[in-house]
Formats: sequence, structure tokens, C-alpha cells
Amino acid sequence: MIEVRDLNKSFGPHQVLDGVSFSIDKGESVVIIGRSGGGKSVLLKHLIALLQPDSGQVLIEGEDIVPMNERQLLRVRRKFGMLFQGAALFDSMTVAENVAFAFRRDRSLPEPEIARKVAHVLELVDLPGIENKNPSELSGGMRKRVGLARAIVYQPEIILYDEPTTGLDPIASDSIDKLILRVRDRLDVTSVVVTHDMRSARRLGQRILMLHNKKIYATGTPDEIFESQDPVVRQFVEGVSDLKEAI
Amino acid sequence: MSFWGKWISEWLEGLGQLTLLTREAIGSLFTFKVAWRDLLYQVYFIGVKSQSVVLITGAFTGMVLGAQTYFQFHKVRMDTATLAVVSVSMCSELGPVLTGLMVAGRVGAAIAAELGTMRVTEQIDALRTLATHPVDYLVVPRLLALHAALPLLTAESIAVGIGAGYLVGVYLLGIDPTYSWYNMVKYTTPGDVIVGIVKAVIFGGIVAMIGCYKGLFCGEGAQGVGRATTEAVVYSSITILITNFFLTLVLGKIFHTF
Repeated sequence: MIEVRDLNKSFGPHQVLDGVSFSIDKGESVVIIGRSGGGKSVLLKHLIALLQPDSGQVLIEGEDIVPMNERQLLRVRRKFGMLFQGAALFDSMTVAENVAFAFRRDRSLPEPEIARKVAHVLELVDLPGIENKNPSELSGGMRKRVGLARAIVYQPEIILYDEPTTGLDPIASDSIDKLILRVRDRLDVTSVVVTHDMRSARRLGQRILMLHNKKIYATGTPDEIFESQDPVVRQFVEGVSDLKEAI
Repeated sequence: MSFWGKWISEWLEGLGQLTLLTREAIGSLFTFKVAWRDLLYQVYFIGVKSQSVVLITGAFTGMVLGAQTYFQFHKVRMDTATLAVVSVSMCSELGPVLTGLMVAGRVGAAIAAELGTMRVTEQIDALRTLATHPVDYLVVPRLLALHAALPLLTAESIAVGIGAGYLVGVYLLGIDPTYSWYNMVKYTTPGDVIVGIVKAVIFGGIVAMIGCYKGLFCGEGAQGVGRATTEAVVYSSITILITNFFLTLVLGKIFHTF
């Protein structure tokens, strides 16, 4: 469903991705792990063409989206939903307006139907009855849930999660993880999760890709990654820093 | 690359991006997918909310222009031509330029700050993931609203400026009201009014496009938003002043105002 071929990306003189290649099957749940600032979010944004690579291909159902312009991409992006690191809710709108945004732009559904879908999806993310609240009134965890509701309301085929548990307490993180699993199972979607939270990675991924030194360094099932004897993988899984990094 | 080489290169790159953004916005206008609710809100924010600043600017410009013109014309016994000068100046130059500058300061800054904040908080990326083109949703309503609101604000500023000039001239400085009115109507042509309104339409486009461009392409963080806001005001104001000179020549030729 998603295939990345030889992706290269630099910001000025700083290269972030160097020949990254992998593929993700339909319905699969893949977690991308790696150090902070290592290019995970950059890689994720290439999958939905929010960033353009210097070279390489990104194929969505066999169609290369790299050469497409912004208008051609609108059609492809209808297959996607994305949860941003900071939720990226529109702060000038209420929760209901945020969630219903895509429907209102389409003008394809009558208002009562939109309201019904919004209520249903807010129930799915365990936040019923908050339609009229503003994003500024919500906690970090609630904002992420609303962001997820907005991403799934029009039933995309692929959902991208950018650091879904970053900045949340362990209990809120756990509830977001369970929510992602619930969404995956109920909607039967392809999921790509970027995280450095190893507990989340183990729970959410059917397969884990580790990004290290601008390349996909390791790939395997969660068990394979967690039992790997490779020193780089072990260091990341165990969360041990080098002495010079600790100072 | 030298400092000037780098500066020219960045300036040309910015001009190219602004041109592409403008082309995209014009193309989007012809898709006829305008969000009327957003457009109405922008007309309200730009038009209604700018009333006070435009009225004050227009009134005091008309008053000071009337007084200064009278002081000079009184020396050569041309007192009753004062209002004609106020009228022609307000219609073709001061009305559109000062309204454009005031709106650039108020609205151009607000547009750049709002879009810049949306960019740094990933709200623009969120729009794109929701299959919405940022130009359709953010730029086009602002462009249309400024094209509609600035001529109306300019007309209002012109009327208030002339009225204020009349009050100062007639009631404070004692100019004959009948001859003043007669001379004003005689020397102010429909061309003067049309030139002012056409300029306002063009200045509206300048404020909208530069504000949107600076917001959509702003740098990271609070510093990026701050810089984008400042640059939107400075570049809009300078562009209005430079464009005004060429418009005066071109439109004057077309409408025979000189």
C-alpha cells in the first residue's frame, strides 16, 4: 500500500534521510522508532507529501506522489488521516467544527448527518458531549483525542501518528495507545506510528522500523527488535546514553 | 556569495514565490469554491473593524490639507479654490494611499500573524492533510475581502476627508461656502474618483497577497511570526507607495486627470 524507494532529504547542508527504502502492506501497523531529531517525523511527512524529498519515490497504492502538485495531492490525501504531535487543532474553531471540517468543505452531507458523525466519532475517542468546547479549554491528552477524531471521521484508509504520546503522562499515554489499537481494529486501517516511546512501540506495532544514521537500520517484529543483540538497537531499546551525551 | 549577492538572490526568490502564490490564488478564484462564511467574516474583520482607524485618518488628513492649502492660497487670494484641492487630492491620492497604508498596518499585520501562527503550530499542514488547499481556504477569502473592502473604506475616507476639509475651511477659516462648493464640483472630475477607487482595489490585492505570503512562508517559532508580521507591514507599505506613483501616471493617462 505504501512503498518508499531510496528517499533522500536534506535541510541546507544537514542531511536527514539517506536512501531510505521500505514498504508497508495494507492493514499493517508499523511503528518507526529512532532518536529525537533523527528524521522520523520528516519521514512520516513525506508519506503524505507534506514535505518534498530531494530524490526518491513515495508510492501510495502504486502511484508515485512525489511529482504531484498540491492540487493533484488533494485526491491522494483523502486516503489519509494524520494525528500531529501537538494535535494541530484549528484554534479559531470549536471541537465540533474541527472534527467536521472536511465534511463542511466537501458540502456533501446535510448538517444533521454531520452532527451525528461528529457525535459518533467523539464517542469513539471517549470524549462525548464536548462538541462546543474550544481547543484552548482541553488538556494535552484531550487535544490529541480530538485530533484523532478529526483524522478518522471520514474513514481514511491510512492513519499517520506523529509522536502520539509525547508530552503526556503515563496514564494518558496508555489511553492514547488503547485508542489507537481500537481505531485500528474497528476501522481496519493501515497505521504508521512515529514514536520514541518503546512501550507504545511494542504495543502498537506489528512491525518496527528503526531509523538510525539517516537510514532504516533495523526492521522486525516487536519481539525481534526487543530481543535483538545489535548494540545500537539494544542501546535504544534499553534507553542507555553514552557518557559524553549524559554530560 | 557577498552580502548583496545573497540579498538579491533571496529577494528574487521571495518575488518568485509571491508570484506563484498570486497565480495560484487567481486560479483558485475561477474554481468558484469560495467559502462564503469565511469571506463574510473577512469582510467584517477587514471592513467593519477598520472603520475607526480609516475615519480618523481621513478626517484629520482632510482637515490639515484644507488648512495648509488655505494658508498658501490666501496669499494669492484663491481662498475658494481650497476645497477643490482638498477634493482632488483626497480622491486620487491621499484617500487610497492613506487608507491602503492604514489597512496594511492593521489587516496586513493580522493576516501575517494569523497565518504565521497557523504555520508554526502545524495547522496549515493539518489543513493539507484534510484535503484542503491552503490557498483556497486561507488566501482567496482574504484576497476577495480586501478587494471588496478597501475601495469602500477609501470612498468613506474620501467623503469624510472632504467633509472635514469643508468644515475647517468654511467654519474655522471663513471661506465662502458657495464658491468653494462650486469650485470643488467644477475641478473634481469623475476620473479622479475612479482613479482613487481603482487604486484602492489594487492596494487591497497588495496587502492581501503580501500578508498571506509572509504568513504562509514565515520562519520557525515566535521570532519567525514576529518577523513575518513586521515584514508584511513594511513591504505592503513600500509596495503601495511605489505602485501608487506608476498608477498615477498610467491611470491619469487613461482617465485624463492631468
